Parts: sequence; structure tokens; C-alpha cells
Amino acid sequence: MNNGFKLEIVNPEKSFLSKENVSEVVVPAYEGEMGILKNHISIISFLKPGLVKVFETDSKEENYYVEDGIIEFKNNCLSILTSNIFDIKKIDKKEVSNILAKAEKDVQNSDISDQAKYLIDHKIEVLKSLTLN
Amino acid sequence: MPSLDDFRKRIKSVKSTQKITKAMQMVAAAKLRKAQENAEKGRPYSEKMNNIILNLSNSITDKENAPKLLTGTGADKVHLCVVLTADRGLCGGFNSNIVKKAKSFFKKIKSEGKSLKIITVGSKGYDQLKRVYGSQIIEKISFKNSKVANYLDAEIAGKKIIELFEKNEFDMCTIFYNQFKNVITQIPQEQQIIPLKSNEIKKNSVEDNYEFEPEEDEILSNLLPKNISTQIFKAMLENSASEQGSRMTAMDSATRNAGELVDKLTINYNRSRQAAITKELIEIISGAESL
Repeated sequence: MNNGFKLEIVNPEKSFLSKENVSEVVVPAYEGEMGILKNHISIISFLKPGLVKVFETDSKEENYYVEDGIIEFKNNCLSILTSNIFDIKKIDKKEVSNILAKAEKDVQNSDISDQAKYLIDHKIEVLKSLTLN
Repeated sequence: MPSLDDFRKRIKSVKSTQKITKAMQMVAAAKLRKAQENAEKGRPYSEKMNNIILNLSNSITDKENAPKLLTGTGADKVHLCVVLTADRGLCGGFNSNIVKKAKSFFKKIKSEGKSLKIITVGSKGYDQLKRVYGSQIIEKISFKNSKVANYLDAEIAGKKIIELFEKNEFDMCTIFYNQFKNVITQIPQEQQIIPLKSNEIKKNSVEDNYEFEPEEDEILSNLLPKNISTQIFKAMLENSASEQGSRMTAMDSATRNAGELVDKLTINYNRSRQAAITKELIEIISGAESL
């Protein structure tokens, strides 16, 4: 029996990634990391900046960096909608530091809400860990 | 009667115009393919977004406390209309069709005694609306610098709309754009984005239960602003495909018309050349006869 499910990642410009048979996806959900396996209950959740880990059935692992997004899981089909996503392997170090610099500038901005500040702080953390590797 | 030289000049000028229109047609055809591709690629995102919002709004039990972006302010006094047009002309009826649609909507609103605010996206729409509705235009956005429609631009426009909504500047928001059906048909559309049309919400009410994290209303209030940007982005994609399609057909018929004109002018030119020769001959013959 096949115990994979379908994964679709779309961004506004195009369908970024579509896989028929993944065994597990770990997403940086709003209230903590969440691993999704087959036959998970239908769920809608938010993403915060972080890494999406995709495990295929042949135990290949792929990592993507997302900035924000929504996930929907229904009938063994996981849709991730995000406006900004990069493949970790292909990502340009320079690009990472660009985003990082922008985020660091944003966090200085005093007229943002605590929630937004928290998200940006988190983003900086993730980006920093990326540049270290 | 124009002289032979006049004809020659005229033919030359029509021919060079034809060259220009032909080149524009080919450029539009190439761009159309790209734009159409982009429009198709962009569809899954907006469809999925729509679906999620539908599911969410179905599961919201407490309609009273639902986010205002979904249910509206309860009033419908002030309408905000976002008119999306192109930045360039020479594309047939593309811009004027949107403007026409928008204008008839404006008239309807005015006759109902409601007030009107307009945001124009793309410079051509502004040019056509400023004479009559100049005082109602509160914002004009133009993306002349971006070659293709991109999401960041849409987000800028979306954020502006939400900002205005939060300041209670308007109660309802409608966007106008051309939907790309095929190369020769583009349908001007009006789409209400704030509040979301209730009949759309009711459509698929039979859905299984979802688990939400965080709570439904929190997701919704975060999602709805995004949806507005997404809808605008979709409209921009459809628009850019429509613009190229419209330009292609317009330039195609312009090229054909120029060809017809050249034919006609050439016949006239030959005729008057013949007439001049005949006249000269008659003169010579009658001169010889009189000797």
C-alpha cells in the first residue's frame, strides 16, 4: 500500500512544486512546527517564516524556505500557498543576506505591532541559521 | 486631383505605417504567449485561496463578529471602484471597454445617490476618466516600470485599498478589468471584492469540517487582505493577457487596412499616370495634325 499523499506548493506567479507521493511534510505553522502525515485531519493553518521539510517516500528530503503562507490539508492533499519560497539548495547566499538586511531594518521600525515584530524576529533567526550553514 | 508625386508620397507613408503595425502585431503576439502562460500559471493560487476562504467563511458560526472585510461595514454609502487598465494605447477597444463598463457602473451609483471614489491602475484609465470623474479619483497607480505583472505590484495596490478600508473611507469595493477569453474576445468584468459576494459564499456549503490553527476568525482576518491582493493580481494577469490579445487583433486589422489602402492608392496612381501619358499623346498628335 502506498502511504504517501499529494503535495502542492503554489505561489502567485506559478505552481512552484507538485509531488504525488510524499510521506511527510513538516511545516513551520503559526503555533509551532507541525508534521503532517497521511490521513491527517483536514486542517487550515498559517505559516510563519521558516523551513518546509518535504520527505518523499523514498526517504529523500528537501528543504524550502518560506516567508509566509497558508496551508490546507484535505483528502490527503496538502496545498501550501505562499508568496515567497526558495529551495534551500539553490538559494543564493547573497539573496539571503539581502532579505536578512531588510528584515533587520524592518525590526528597527518602531511603529509595527508586537505580533509583526515577533514574526520579523523569528524571520531573522531563521535566516541567520541559514547563512551559517 | 493630387499629382503623381503626391500619390507616391502617400503610398510610401502608408507602407511605412504598415511596417510599424506589422511589427507591433508580432511583438504583441510574442508577448501574448508569455502573458497567457502567466495568467494560466497564476490561476491555481487564486482558486485555492478562494476555496480556503469559502471553507473558512462557511465554518464561521458567529457572523456578527466576522471580519468586516468579509461581511462589509453594513452600509453601502460609499463605493470604491478600482479601474485596472493598461499603460499603453494602440490596443483597440481594450481600455475604452473597461472604462465604458466602469462609467455605466458609476452612473448607476450616482443615480442611487451614493458617493463614489475611484482608484485607477494604469495610466490610460486615468486619462480617460479624469475629465468627467477627475474630482473622485483619489489615487492613481501606475506600473509603467514593471515589464510583466508581478505580485509585489498587486500587493502595493491591495495594501492601499485595505488602508483606505480601515480608515472607513468606503463601504464597498469593486474592481474592473478585462477577462481574457481568447485572442479576439475579452470581456470587461466588474467584480466586487469587499464585502465578498454572499452568493459565492453559499455555493459549496457542504464541506467537511476543518481543524483550524489559530482560530477561524484570526485566520480569516489575516487571509482576507491577502485575498484582495490576490484578486488584484489575478485581474492584472488577465488584463495583461487581454491587452496583448487586443493589441494583436487591432494591429492585425490595421496592417490589413493599410494593405488595402496601398492597393487602392496604387490603382489611383497608375490611373493618373496613364491619364498623364494619354494627355501628352493627344497633345502631340493634335499638334502634328494642325500642321
